[in-house]
Order: sequence, then structure tokens, then C-alpha cells
Amino acid sequence: MSEQSNLPATHGAHDNHGGEVDYATRDERGRYILPLEEHTPRITDIDPRAAKRAERQVAWLFTLGGACLAGGVAAYVAFDSRELISVPTIGRVSASNFWLGTLIGLGSFFIGAAAIHWARRLMPGEEAVDHRHPLRGDEQSRASAIEQFKRGAAESGFLSRPLVRRTMLGAMALFPLPLVVLLGDLGPSPKEKLRHTMWGDKRMTRIVNQGSGELVRPEDMAVGGLINAIPEGLERIQEETGTQNERAKSSIILVRMNPSEIKAQQGEGWDYEGILAYSKICTHVGCPISLYQQRTHALLCPCHQSTFDLSDAGRVVFGPAARHMPQLRLGVDAEGYLVALGDFAEPVGPSFWERG
Amino acid sequence: MANISGSRRRRPYASALLLLTALTTTGAAYAVTTSAIANPRTSEVTAAQIQEGKRLFTEGCSSCHGLAGQGGSSGPSLIGVGAAAVDFQVGTGRMPMAQAQVQAMRKDPVYTQAEIDALAAYVSSLGAGPGVPDPSQYDFSNANVARGGEIYRLNCSQCHNYAGKGGALSDGKYAPTLMKATPKQIYEAMITGPQGMPVFSDAQIPAKDKQDIIAYIDYLQNAPDPGGAALGRFGPVTETVFLFTAAIGAVIAVTIWIGAKSR
Repeated sequence: MSEQSNLPATHGAHDNHGGEVDYATRDERGRYILPLEEHTPRITDIDPRAAKRAERQVAWLFTLGGACLAGGVAAYVAFDSRELISVPTIGRVSASNFWLGTLIGLGSFFIGAAAIHWARRLMPGEEAVDHRHPLRGDEQSRASAIEQFKRGAAESGFLSRPLVRRTMLGAMALFPLPLVVLLGDLGPSPKEKLRHTMWGDKRMTRIVNQGSGELVRPEDMAVGGLINAIPEGLERIQEETGTQNERAKSSIILVRMNPSEIKAQQGEGWDYEGILAYSKICTHVGCPISLYQQRTHALLCPCHQSTFDLSDAGRVVFGPAARHMPQLRLGVDAEGYLVALGDFAEPVGPSFWERG
Repeated sequence: MANISGSRRRRPYASALLLLTALTTTGAAYAVTTSAIANPRTSEVTAAQIQEGKRLFTEGCSSCHGLAGQGGSSGPSLIGVGAAAVDFQVGTGRMPMAQAQVQAMRKDPVYTQAEIDALAAYVSSLGAGPGVPDPSQYDFSNANVARGGEIYRLNCSQCHNYAGKGGALSDGKYAPTLMKATPKQIYEAMITGPQGMPVFSDAQIPAKDKQDIIAYIDYLQNAPDPGGAALGRFGPVTETVFLFTAAIGAVIAVTIWIGAKSR
């Protein structure tokens, strides 16, 4: 067997071309025929002691692998899952997890290594060439395939029975119709829901600090300050509707800067003494954002790095967002609470189909 | 140097200076519209401390922040930033900056705590701002960790990461990791808003909530990683990068071994 294999590409050459092949460097189609290296026997092929040694090594690797796996089971039994150990570079981890992972990992590694070592050292070592067959079939089988196809077409009557053919084509043409109807009816239309938030429900809406649940007063806010806020009455609406849809639309951030730092707003005097209210929902794909840097007034969206300048009417200064961050007009009511005077001038959140 | 060390002794003008300081403090406190953050708790501040602070300031800070702390092209004004800001910036080694860079990074503090106190006393004498918090303000022994986690996720996690490991911001700036921050420094950072960080005054996040946040950060700092190597607790991205690199590397190594000619 091994002597035969040392002859280059005997069966490949005959299969493909049914004739003699020039063994020099190329065949008649210009492909290189690479000469095989001369076979050099491995030390384990010559020296029985080396073969014996390799055999013992393989056996040791298998034994080690088995021992590690058994150790993994023992670790699972021995350690409580809450017991912690300190492992250098990893940190404080669960002893059970650590030993289970380490021992099962080492166990599989040793078993794999034993198999490779066995194959490399002890299984037959010989060189062989397998040529790739050309993809094109020979002339005879090609002709036969065409012949079969033609006969099938004639027997089916596809050409001789136009009534069957035409009705079939007509039926197939209507196949996409149900899909079109179904696609046209993916739930009720949102109508105006995407354009309005509950900030517009009343003439004045008080603002609630989302963290503390307290109503916001202007003097609560330091220059450079940030408050994540929601409209008063949101909890009630959420209970009534059973959804968070209103929160998703009406969440805002309040920031305060020196009035002199405000370059532009979406409406004249929409701030209240330097306090500005902007939607918290990114106009790109709607991530909630409050990564506000008070020094640069940049609001950064962590999802796709859209950056808005809150001192300049919420303008997009970087990233994929296409629209300004919508702003709310602020004021103060008779009791001194910060209020929003009306809805956002534009729909909040990402662009949608009907908006154009 | 001689005249400065001389001024450490009681001098007639010391009390006048103290009076002046008190007047400036009151005036500035009034001027600062955000009365809630103005916490001019200037306890135990002595004129000598202010003098010492002025000396240190002139030597170490004035080249950027101006001789009177009025700011300049390379450093912001320090009038009205308060003692807490100084204690935070200098106490975490962020100030003085080692070199001009986008953002000052945490390093070993250059000044001793006594020197920092003196600097803080001097800077708060320039204009009132949030004072260094009292230990009782950041004592979190009775705090609610779970609620702290909630407030943290609402107000802090967007920049500092869910596990307090920090994260990238724009233009090369970043929110630092909170793993080394002490309760006092966390409190100071919230009330002063260092660098890009917004201010979270006691009116915005009440002191009780701040203690809850501190308790949560303390929990994060000490939490073990029972599942194994946390890889910075950044989540699936680092885990994938690590696994991909390590696993593909191992596969390549084994492939080379399999393919190598056996002798």
C-alpha cells in the first residue's frame, strides 16, 4: 500500500483522462504536478523502543485526561458553590466553578492531545497525492443528462398541453398575493400617537425628578446639573394603560448652564434661567441617553455615538442621528415649581415612515 | 519664603483677613443662584491655612488657574468651585495635571492631606462653593444598597457603566472607573461635577440617596466574580474578544502541531 502511494497520482490521472500523463512537472492542462518528497521513516517506524516510548506517552496522556475529569467531579462534590478562592490574575471566584472549569478543560485537552500524539507517532505514516477532479462532466454524461431532460419535458406534456401550462403559470403568479395583503395589515395604524406626548395634554405640566420622585423646583438645580425627569401624572397613566409607552415618549433630561452659554434654542426663551429640557430619546434609533458632559454641553448616545449640543438647540454635532434633540419650553407655575409649557415642537425619538 | 513663614504666626492683620474672607464668602454665597449647592462649611479654617494655601496655589496651580484663581487659557476659574472640588481634584491626584491632556487622570496625590486642606481653604476663600462633606454625610452604614443600585442605574450608569468600571465619552474623554473612589470622593464628585461630569447637588439627589449610591458602589468594589475572570466586567464585548483571540489562537497552535512533520 505504502509503496503504491509513493507513485504520484496514478488513479487520478487515469480517471480523468483515460490515458498517460506526463509526470515531468505539468499535466496536459497546464496544472503543476508536485513531486513528492522522498519518504523518510519516523523514529517510531524504525526503533521499536521509540515506538514503545510513544505508546507509553499516549497512555499517560489518556490517563491524565481521565484523572482530570474524575477530579472535576470530585471538585463538584467537594466545594460549596458559594465558597470563594483568590486566584492570581482572575480574582475572587467560586472555588467550585474554578476547579470544575480548569479540570474539565484540562481533561478534554489531555484526551485530545493523546489522540493527536497517537496519530502522529504510531498510526501509519505515508505520503499520498489526491488530484482534484475537474468540475465539468464528460461529453457522454452531459449528452445523456440533456436527453433525459428533454424526454421528461415531452412526457409531462408541458409543451403539448397549453391549457395546463397557462393555468399553472397564472396560479404561480398569484402566489405572492396573500403576502402583500398580510403585510398591509400589521396591526392598527399609530395615527397621531407618535407625534404627541403627555407634555402637551395640559397647558402646564409639572416635572418630576425620576430618582427621588419629587417635583422639581428651579432652585434645586445647580449650574452644570443634570436631572432625569418625567411628567407629573405619568405613573397614573401607566397604571391606566398598563404600558410604558408614555414613559418611552415623555422621558426628559433637565440640564442647567449659565444663560450666557446658551447659543440657540428651538424657541425664543424656552429655557428657564438657564435650565433646559430636552427629550431623553435619541433621534437616531431611540436609545435613552443622558451621557451629558456639562463642560462641553455635549449629550452623547452610547449606542451609535450620536452627539448633540444642548447649548445649541440640541443640534447634531456628530454621529448618525439626523434630527435635533426635541426641546420642551420651560416656565414656573404660581407655586414655584418648574413646568413644561406645551409639547415638543417635533415628534420625539427616531424617524418613522409616516413622518416623511 | 521668610515673610510667608512669618505670617504663620498670629499677626494683627490675620483677623482682618478672616473677616474679609467671611464677607467674601457670604457675598459670593448670595451671588451663586444655586443656593442649594452652596454649602460653605468652612469649619476650622484658619487664616494661616489660607496663607499656606495661597503659597501652595501660587507655586503649583497659578500657572494655569491664574494668580488669583481667575482662570486662564489653560485652566478654568476656581472662584466659587468650593473646597470639595479642591479636595476631590487634588486628593485623587488629578490636579496638578502631569501634562496637558484632554482629561486629568487619577494618580497618586502630589500633596499631603494637610496641604490639600490648605489649598481648599484658600480656594474657598475666593468664592463660596460646596464644602468638603462631613463624614456623617457619606456614612453609608445604614444605607439601602438595592435602592442605591436603582438610583445609580438611573443617574450614573450611563457613563460609569453598570458595574462602575467607567466608559468612553466623546473627543477622547472618558468617565473614570469608580473602583478606587472612596465614599468621600464619590460624594464630592456628585456635588461638584468634576470635569465633564454633571453636578448632582443635594437638591437633585438627596443626601440619603447619595449614601445609597455610595453603598452600591462599595458593594461593586468588593463584589467577587464567582463565575470566573470578570475581564473588566464590561460584558459580552470583552468576553467575545478574549474568547475569540484565545480560542482561535489555541486552534491555530494545535493545527500547526497536527500538521508538523513527525520525525
